[in-house]
Amino acid sequence: MTQHAPADKQIRVLQLYPRDMNIYGDYGNALVLMRRIQWHGFTPVMLSYNPGDEFPEAPDILIGGGGQDSGQDRIQQDLLGLGDRLRSLAEEHTPMLMVCGLYQLFGHFFETRDGSRISGIGVLDVETYGTDNRLIGNVVSESADFGRIIGYENHSGQTYLGPTATALAEVVVGEGNNQRDSHEGARFRNVLGSYLHGALLPKNPAIADFLIGTAVERKFGEGLGPLKAPQSSPETLQRLTELAREAASARPR
Amino acid sequence: MTRLRLPRPATIAVGKTARALTRVRGGSGSAFPGLVVERLDPSFLAAVLAQLPRGVVVVSGTNGKTTTTKMVVELLRGQGLRVFTNRSGSNFTRGVVASMLGEISPTGKLEADIAVLELDEAHAVHFVRAVNPQYSLLLNVMRDQLDRFGEIDSTAALLRTIAEHTSEGVVLNREDSRIAAIADSLGSQKVRYFGLAAELRAHFPSDDELHGVAAKDEATRPEADVLLTGLGNQQGTFRIGGEEITTDLTVNGAYNIYNAAAALALVRMVLGETVDRDALLDSLRRASPAFGRGESLTVRGQPLDLVLVKNPSGFRLGLSSFSAEGVATMIAINDNYADGRDMSWLWDVGFDSLAEGGVAMVSGVRTYDMALRLTYDEVSIAAVEPELAKALDEFLAAHPDTPKRIFCTYTAMLALRQHLGTYTEVEAFN
Ligand SMILES: [Zn+2]
Repeated sequence: MTQHAPADKQIRVLQLYPRDMNIYGDYGNALVLMRRIQWHGFTPVMLSYNPGDEFPEAPDILIGGGGQDSGQDRIQQDLLGLGDRLRSLAEEHTPMLMVCGLYQLFGHFFETRDGSRISGIGVLDVETYGTDNRLIGNVVSESADFGRIIGYENHSGQTYLGPTATALAEVVVGEGNNQRDSHEGARFRNVLGSYLHGALLPKNPAIADFLIGTAVERKFGEGLGPLKAPQSSPETLQRLTELAREAASARPR
Repeated sequence: MTRLRLPRPATIAVGKTARALTRVRGGSGSAFPGLVVERLDPSFLAAVLAQLPRGVVVVSGTNGKTTTTKMVVELLRGQGLRVFTNRSGSNFTRGVVASMLGEISPTGKLEADIAVLELDEAHAVHFVRAVNPQYSLLLNVMRDQLDRFGEIDSTAALLRTIAEHTSEGVVLNREDSRIAAIADSLGSQKVRYFGLAAELRAHFPSDDELHGVAAKDEATRPEADVLLTGLGNQQGTFRIGGEEITTDLTVNGAYNIYNAAAALALVRMVLGETVDRDALLDSLRRASPAFGRGESLTVRGQPLDLVLVKNPSGFRLGLSSFSAEGVATMIAINDNYADGRDMSWLWDVGFDSLAEGGVAMVSGVRTYDMALRLTYDEVSIAAVEPELAKALDEFLAAHPDTPKRIFCTYTAMLALRQHLGTYTEVEAFN
């Protein structure tokens, strides 16, 4: 880290289950949050929670990723034990981003192909059904809150929104939540669920800055200023991001 | 098991004709003659392979199978065996059939003692149902080409199928937990391991360890028949059986040297007591990597290394195997089908080791994904140019007096090799 902000301006980012639920580059979301918190003039603190750990105090942002089926099995019971705590953090408008496997388990349940149900914690009003069909490929979607969201999906569970959930985005290219409707992801208060890897945040900084801005507003009662990223390439970070988004949206599925 | 009859001469004649025609038309493609023969005689492959006195050996895993297969072939040839082998291709069985058509006699006889085949995980089940290998070597299972397989655990299941269909013996990577676990479901087959001494494991982080999954402790690891105990610059120390041997090598990079340990363990299993130790070590010293995998060229009087990267573990190994000091670095990332379309994997590689010197050039279809990745790791970038040939020209021109290294995905490597042909002699790649 090259610059230092006062220690009292900490933003604490909690990674849920990084050991078991962190494949397909979801670590990139954590890294992007850390850097951008710093470039917004705050001090990032990275926390992690794995099964059996003590739950860290006062997290400002929570993130979680996808995993193998085996990883999902290892964390499922533990997650149910955190249900009350996570639901109340969500009610209190804590910003969260849950991708893929943890998006599914933040819903009501995951029903496997043989009909058995794995319970989720019901923060999001969604339910997921296992299928034999893996939905794989580049995704371009449009969100009222965040503009165009670009990523890569890779999942065989298909998710449906309940009456109180709103979609994060509508798919333009790709499948998103399922093969039937055009929804991608879900939102409840400041909790975002999504199937998109890529990682998601590097090419979608609007979501990163929403998570950071919400945390800063809740904790310090102030808005986010402009991002002061050091320029370390021929193009600015903003320009690199635009070019990466253009290239990704032009690629085949 | 029913004894397979040799294929009929008519089938062979038609296949050979199809192969000759494909060649005349300038195609290197192997699918057409293979397809013709499979239509005429679905058991062709199994029948030809069944006549080999020492049977069939397969090598599979995510990383390193091409180089390891090549090393196994060279080690066995050094022992005086006649070896039939395949080149990796888009359609596995048809590719093997096509190579066979070039080598068998009109009566269906293949002049070889043993076949050593590089087997892609995707083709594993289809192949081992048709042909039971006598021996198999399973290298690793890592995140790769998720587009095609979905999950690491299902790739591991494909490799398990190979092991279960292997009749004599299986060689497993002790350090890869998913590979080592395959031993649990095996019956009467002999099982042996290759492995790493504890102090070397830091050079080979697995995908799981990246995210803090604790490795098994020493006591629970099975004994390794061949253990890599020391790494040098084009040098390795191996504990083979009980004996510790340090030898110079033609292959470089920690990764290829570990593959040499795998190849040694397999050859020791196949040959048993009859192995000629001095000849084995001599072949080991001379064995070279497969084209494109850690290839070294000289361009305008300066060395240029091409390092193929196709998944996070391979990229991490590439970065940790070669020092960045005093070297101009270029990274070329494509996302064509053969590279894998998903760019997520770049976020599972740490680029801190490039922070000091920075990266001279970023190129390829996904130039800007790579540039973002480096920027978030605070690695500086001197130039970006998506067009590969142009990027290569600029990179070479900007660093005339420095050794150079290019990390590239598969299709980027093919394009760069072709353009490098305008600067220096580059061996044909097929
Ligand atoms: Zn996923």
